[in-house]
Amino acid sequence: MRKNYGPIYVAPIAFWLCAFLSVPLLITLSYSFLTKGLYGGVELKFSLAAYKSLLNTAVFKVLLNTIVIAVASTAIMVALALPTAYYIARSQVKNMLLMLIIIPFWTNFLIRIYAWIAILGSNGLLNNFLSAAGITDAPVQFLYNQYAIILVIIYTTIPFAIFPLYSTIEKFDFSLIEAAMDLGASKTVALWKIMIPNIRTGITTAVLFTFIPTFGNFAVPKLVGGTSSWMLGNLIERELNITRNWPLASSFSVVLTSVTMLAVLFFMRSQSKKEL
Amino acid sequence: MSKPGKFSLGVFFFVTLFLHIPLAILVITSFNSSKSMQWEGFSLKWYHELFFNSQPLWHSFSNSVIIALSSAIVATAIGSLGAIGLCWYNFRMKKALQTLTFFPIILPEIIIGVSILIFFNKIGLELSLLTVFLAHVTFNIPFVLMTVTARLEEFDYSIIEAAYDLGASEFDMLFRVLLPISMPGIVAGLLLAITLSLEDFVITFFVAGPGSSTLPLHIFSMIRFGVSPTINALSVVIIVGTALLALSTKNLYSSLLKR
Repeated sequence: MRKNYGPIYVAPIAFWLCAFLSVPLLITLSYSFLTKGLYGGVELKFSLAAYKSLLNTAVFKVLLNTIVIAVASTAIMVALALPTAYYIARSQVKNMLLMLIIIPFWTNFLIRIYAWIAILGSNGLLNNFLSAAGITDAPVQFLYNQYAIILVIIYTTIPFAIFPLYSTIEKFDFSLIEAAMDLGASKTVALWKIMIPNIRTGITTAVLFTFIPTFGNFAVPKLVGGTSSWMLGNLIERELNITRNWPLASSFSVVLTSVTMLAVLFFMRSQSKKEL
Repeated sequence: MSKPGKFSLGVFFFVTLFLHIPLAILVITSFNSSKSMQWEGFSLKWYHELFFNSQPLWHSFSNSVIIALSSAIVATAIGSLGAIGLCWYNFRMKKALQTLTFFPIILPEIIIGVSILIFFNKIGLELSLLTVFLAHVTFNIPFVLMTVTARLEEFDYSIIEAAYDLGASEFDMLFRVLLPISMPGIVAGLLLAITLSLEDFVITFFVAGPGSSTLPLHIFSMIRFGVSPTINALSVVIIVGTALLALSTKNLYSSLLKR
């Protein structure tokens, strides 16, 4: 029999991912159970202090804010993406319409965030317009709140909802809708009762692909959020770089990872149920 | 065939405008002679500022290119070999390795950034271009693996068996059968890795040290100082640059597939 070269082929990837992924994640997990060191870093003394401070009101408020923003943005994105994807999938010029969605997505992520700062900022386009029209005397602060975060997250993330929905709707057999309509269903009822259950995979994928990057978002709340609208990502960064309480930063990271993993497991279970 | 209704047309139209208008505004105001967002006349001075008066920006851009090319090449080598091993061989702990490769795709970027920063601190590695490189290779590997695996799965393993039966050594098989077969997948993986590396902000934010700032990090620090027409001009250069790059790679890729 031939020699099994498998281990040789996978040796580099196994080594690299162990060294720069597994080990860092395990160190982070272990740091969350240790005591804060004096100048950053940790002391080797077991402690649950980091997890206890999750119950702290200020931290709890941030956690709640993160959940509200993630749920609201995900719901709006899927609600907008469903008709959009449906329209593209039913069009005669699918590829062209798909390109219209993809092209803005190519632009650098930070530039796409910046575009909204240029519009909504205190010396941005909207404020210039409002003061020129004599509607306002002083600049209105549109940025640095939850709504700005939700808006910009939708702007940067919505393609992740459109693409999976498009690919499942495109495969859906629309003669079923015609059959339902021949049997007397209105078009809306036919779409709702026949298409929606059939594209469930696409809907769950869209929810997962938008919820995870939103819940763990850091760049958007950092740039267009304010201190009253902090998300978990901001908190992790502050504990890591400014307060330098690494056990706390680690425990927040563990919470974020756990929520992400739960979302993925939930998704995988709903997929396997469908196959049964 | 039933046509999509007015409602879905309306939503599609709204979403498309929503995606394009902010970028269109950046393009228009980049030609504005005023420093504010108020239109005062056509001017190319912000482009002049960008190209001739922005040394730190171009320094960070060259860092970005160095990191993108080097990390993409290393990640492509490691990821392609891994794809061959995971696709066509069985070995102990295969399932565990497969699960591990999904982590960088699923986990929020901040988790990768934070944990790898804590790791570098633990082993006493100073933050520099090297740490940025190591982090970029790590998050790029799974994407290369995915792209190459997709290509390998299209092929029958019997092609490889035939090569062996005809007397090919493992070396011959790898360089004369497997690599030519998987080349479109490898090139696609390389291009994807370069793109992801050039784009990355969050992970780099945590692992970059003084002097190792990349273009996204530099844009970030410019944005924090507020609205500046130079960023508008840079945005236009990036928009045009990515469009040209995407078009040329699309042509390159389709010519590879035809071969």
